[in-house]
Amino acid sequence: MKQDYFKGLQKRKKQILENWMKSQLSDESLREDLMTNENLREQSEELLNAILGTITEKNISEGMTAEFEQVHEILAGISISRARQGYSPRETGVFVFSLKDALLNSLKEDLSNDPKALADVVLKMNKFMDSMGIITFETFIKGREEVILRQTDEITEISTPVIRVWDGILALPIIGTLDSSRTQVVMENLLQQIVETGSTIAILDISGVPAVDSLVAQHLIKTVAATRLMGAECIISGIRPEIAQTVVHLGIDLSNIVTKASLAHALKYAFAMLKLEVRKPMKDKPSL
Amino acid sequence: MERIPILRMGHFLLVTIQIDLYDRLATNLEADLVQMVNRTGARGVLIDISALNIVDSFMGRILGNIGSMSKIMDAETVVVGMQPAVAITLIELGLELKGVHTALNVEKGMELLKQKIGPAEASDEDDDEDGTE
Repeated sequence: MKQDYFKGLQKRKKQILENWMKSQLSDESLREDLMTNENLREQSEELLNAILGTITEKNISEGMTAEFEQVHEILAGISISRARQGYSPRETGVFVFSLKDALLNSLKEDLSNDPKALADVVLKMNKFMDSMGIITFETFIKGREEVILRQTDEITEISTPVIRVWDGILALPIIGTLDSSRTQVVMENLLQQIVETGSTIAILDISGVPAVDSLVAQHLIKTVAATRLMGAECIISGIRPEIAQTVVHLGIDLSNIVTKASLAHALKYAFAMLKLEVRKPMKDKPSL
Repeated sequence: MERIPILRMGHFLLVTIQIDLYDRLATNLEADLVQMVNRTGARGVLIDISALNIVDSFMGRILGNIGSMSKIMDAETVVVGMQPAVAITLIELGLELKGVHTALNVEKGMELLKQKIGPAEASDEDDDEDGTE
């Protein structure tokens, strides 16, 4: 009799699935915008099949052993894909824990005349479902972290554009905080572009940098020094009043670096260095 | 013993480093160059390191030394064609090569030297050019 109730579960798979689907569909956190009900049913059925296919009286109390690898994989896959699609932790949790309700209900009906066996199997089932819950959240958070990492990479990639503003003049607007790893990227990009374009002047615009502390200033000084070693001149522009204040208060010496208040001023200075002149065209030329 | 050739071009000395500099070679270069500046009375030294991919603190110091030595012998030093990786390494090592001028390529380096050694020499050269034409 003891071995029977897991087989009983197998037989009642369809009913369990229905119950599970019903409780998922009735939950207010259902995300029909992210997944259709048919897809949800498919996912649920796959997981349930895997669980009922492996679960036995013996291995349920041993927790997540090698026998449950398939269950583990399916669950992790669902959980990661949900993290990427933007499900909340609650919505993901409901998916797994409503299965627990459906399974327990079905066991209750099976074993209504044997309270002792019922208590025993419910305890085991509870433990099993809890470990499933832990796996779900572990992989869910891993999925979210992957998303964050990918976005960080993307931001570093797009946040350091080197613009060629004139023949021989490069500009590099820096937006966001400068840390060591970003400075490295900025420096490499800038130096590479200097070599490729043969530019002699680089303008580093820091108007988009929210705060300048001694570390950021150190990074800037390093970048300027490296540019100079390459044989190009580096101008720092976009020094906001607040930045000027902090720099002086921190006692950072920027006196041997050319600094300008705005990109326009820096560009003007660069033109002067290259002996270029910007003029309005003469409106009425007497010679014509 | 291997040596790096030093070419004389008018008022300038030209050095092109095309092989990896090991320490011995670098110290030889330093000594040869100072001798050469003395002998020829050169006013400018142009060192092309565009083929140099690896640099260490010793190499950085030698470059700095050459600059300072030439300076007190009244010659300007220009280092040209430094690779980005080399520039980053030198900065990370804390070597800013003070006393050495830098330029992107040989052409710009030559221009810089002509500009640095002052109008007197430049006008000499102009006179020469006028004479030959």
